Amino acid sequence: MRFAQDRAQLDTRWKELQREAHPDKFAAQGAAAQRVAMQWSVRINEAYQRLKDPLRRAGYLCELLGSPINAERNTDMPADFLIQQIEWREDLDEAETADDLDKIALRASLSQRKQLSKIEQMLDVDHDYAAAAQQVRSLMFIERFASEIDARIDQLEQ
Amino acid sequence: MPASTSWNNKHSLRNKQKYSAMALLQLSEPGQTPDPHQRRIAIGIDLGTTHSLVASVRNGVSECLPDAQGRVLLPSVVRYLEGGRTQIGFDALAAQVRDPCNTISSVKRLMGRGIADIGNRSRMPYQFIDKPGMVTLQTVAGEKSPVEVSAEILASLRQRAEDTFDDDIYGAVITVPAYFDEAQRQATKDAAQLAGLNVLRLINEPTAAAIAYGLDNASEGVFAVYDLGGGTFDISILRLSQGVFEVVSTGGDSALGGDDYDRALVDWVLAKAGIAADTLTASDKASLLKAARECKEALSAAPSARFSVQLSKPTINLEMKADDFEATSAYLTQRTLVAVRKALRDAALAKDEVAGVVMVGGSTRMPQVHKAVAGFFGREPLVNLNPDEVVALGAAISANQLAGNNTGADLLLLDVIPLSLGIETMGGLVERIVPRNQTIPTAMAQDFTTYQDGQTALALHVVQGERDLVADCRSLARFELRGIPPMVAGAARIRVTFTVDADGLLSVNAKEQVSGVEARIDVKPSYGLSDEEIARMLRESFSTAQQDMKSRALAEAQVDADRMILATRSALAVDSDLLSGLELAQIETLMAGVAAARENGDAATIAAATQALAKGTESFAAQRMNRGIRHALSGKNIESV
Repeated sequence: MRFAQDRAQLDTRWKELQREAHPDKFAAQGAAAQRVAMQWSVRINEAYQRLKDPLRRAGYLCELLGSPINAERNTDMPADFLIQQIEWREDLDEAETADDLDKIALRASLSQRKQLSKIEQMLDVDHDYAAAAQQVRSLMFIERFASEIDARIDQLEQ
Repeated sequence: MPASTSWNNKHSLRNKQKYSAMALLQLSEPGQTPDPHQRRIAIGIDLGTTHSLVASVRNGVSECLPDAQGRVLLPSVVRYLEGGRTQIGFDALAAQVRDPCNTISSVKRLMGRGIADIGNRSRMPYQFIDKPGMVTLQTVAGEKSPVEVSAEILASLRQRAEDTFDDDIYGAVITVPAYFDEAQRQATKDAAQLAGLNVLRLINEPTAAAIAYGLDNASEGVFAVYDLGGGTFDISILRLSQGVFEVVSTGGDSALGGDDYDRALVDWVLAKAGIAADTLTASDKASLLKAARECKEALSAAPSARFSVQLSKPTINLEMKADDFEATSAYLTQRTLVAVRKALRDAALAKDEVAGVVMVGGSTRMPQVHKAVAGFFGREPLVNLNPDEVVALGAAISANQLAGNNTGADLLLLDVIPLSLGIETMGGLVERIVPRNQTIPTAMAQDFTTYQDGQTALALHVVQGERDLVADCRSLARFELRGIPPMVAGAARIRVTFTVDADGLLSVNAKEQVSGVEARIDVKPSYGLSDEEIARMLRESFSTAQQDMKSRALAEAQVDADRMILATRSALAVDSDLLSGLELAQIETLMAGVAAARENGDAATIAAATQALAKGTESFAAQRMNRGIRHALSGKNIESV
């Protein structure tokens, strides 16, 4: 199983499967068929959610390959990463305009992309799952940071 | 043979080659196609703030149904008269200025809303009564809930459809703004039930528009549906590919629409004329709003228009320029664009990834709105379908499919929940369990624990909304998990699972993992009406409808019985190898029971026999379904794509 996945192919496959299993396809066939269809449909959606988001997919793979993420218990982060995070947060606190926020968001998304390609290398080429798990943990920080930027943009636009 | 039936056969054949097992799950096997007259009549209803429409698929084409005078729009206005009579639609609209307190318009804004939720109350001529959950209105015919008012509109459309087809209506798809919360959706469902309609599904207005639009144009790619109606604004981002309509994100404002543009215009005029709003009578307010609507509509076609109105004291007569109207309402247009940006962010898409922008709702006819949307997306929006009709047309297509009549198109709608769902945790904070824009159906779980030593019960409060504080979200339900064995604080592991079905209905289950004790609740928001209240309203205002319902119930029970027998027979014809001899005999006995009840039973007896057959074939259905889907999945592990 590889970390690298073609998103378009994944989307197509998801829709093909939902075409077979979605409860609406069994609208005329009674409650029992609907219930079973719903269970399948839920499982297909769950699998899709897990696979389409690269971070969740990476976490899932690490776990399958024996290096669980355990984000709550494992909070050990490299010092330079922590310092960078503190700086980013200071920038976010000081940001006043939508432009400022856009700049911070862009920097975060570039960093996300860089980390993901590192994870791909670790999982698919080096098979270094422990290192990948560590990388996933730090990416989770960046993800949370990105959602805080979004919240700030929402606030600014209210 | 009707087009839809012949297509059906083709569909089965295609499936046969590809996934032979799946074709067996299709109801219509060659040679067993249901009679054309067994086709269920299903309608789509756009229950709008200012007007409503009903549409249905006839001969494979979705069309809006006109009234006896040939008009498809029904003004969403209900007038209550003394002696319990009502006027609905154009007659009521004509009386609005004369009888403002008893003539209810824009009732959609009041659905599922408490008195504190309703902005601009002083501008409306009604006498509001503060009731827990939802406001009611005092009229000459007594106190009326917004649900009852909406039910009058729906019943009128149902009547129109029944007259058109000279037959009973099997069921309806009713559209709601994507941004409606559970309470508003439930209120809409209650209204439909009160109007004697079987609700097949509530679907979101922009999604319905996309269905009508997408099927018409065979479009592919990402579309934004900008829907500015009379009282609500919705934005949805959808991805269309080969008949699959995937809602990627939705957003909007359930209290922003054309009515607000009317009010902005009235404010401008009053300021210009130097009249204080608090000196106006109820009739003045209605006159002003009417004049504003007319002026606004005139400004859609001309750079300036007259605003003239006779009030109880002064008369206003002045020239309104389109530029002034644009300027005075710019803050409203801006608010819609804020929601558009948010929806794009939620979808993680940039403006230039949008292949087309569909305009829906009469308010998109305002030139300033058109201009702002075109400016934002950098492309001309699509307006080739009538913005008033497109929602009802899409709803009818969906209704036809959900009624089990295969439409000409292989349509699949993958919708999302519009607002996050969660539970209250310590300190009045919300723990989100299902984030907004999650594709449904879905089931998501999270583990919680006890916070006191020896704690044996846990109170669960289910809420909906995007804010972090429970106080800022809408409360949906409360229930308790009891019988947790005494443990030290933090030792219990309570898994709370939220399940949202394809209809968007939520059920919540809580289970303590060590002892296995569990509790569950189907969430009906506290603002919705109870079944008893519905029954009371039915008794009071729709006594004739009850008689109708009785004969309809019998007809429906018979049709259901026929369908169940047909479905079981066709399933047995193909998959009986899944059953033991004993199981097969049991199913045959149950089928004989249904056939007997069908001949001389009443609705309840037939329904009970059909139910028994459904229950008796449940595990058979599950096995067939699993066989079918395994086959579809075979060769490919979903986890590895």
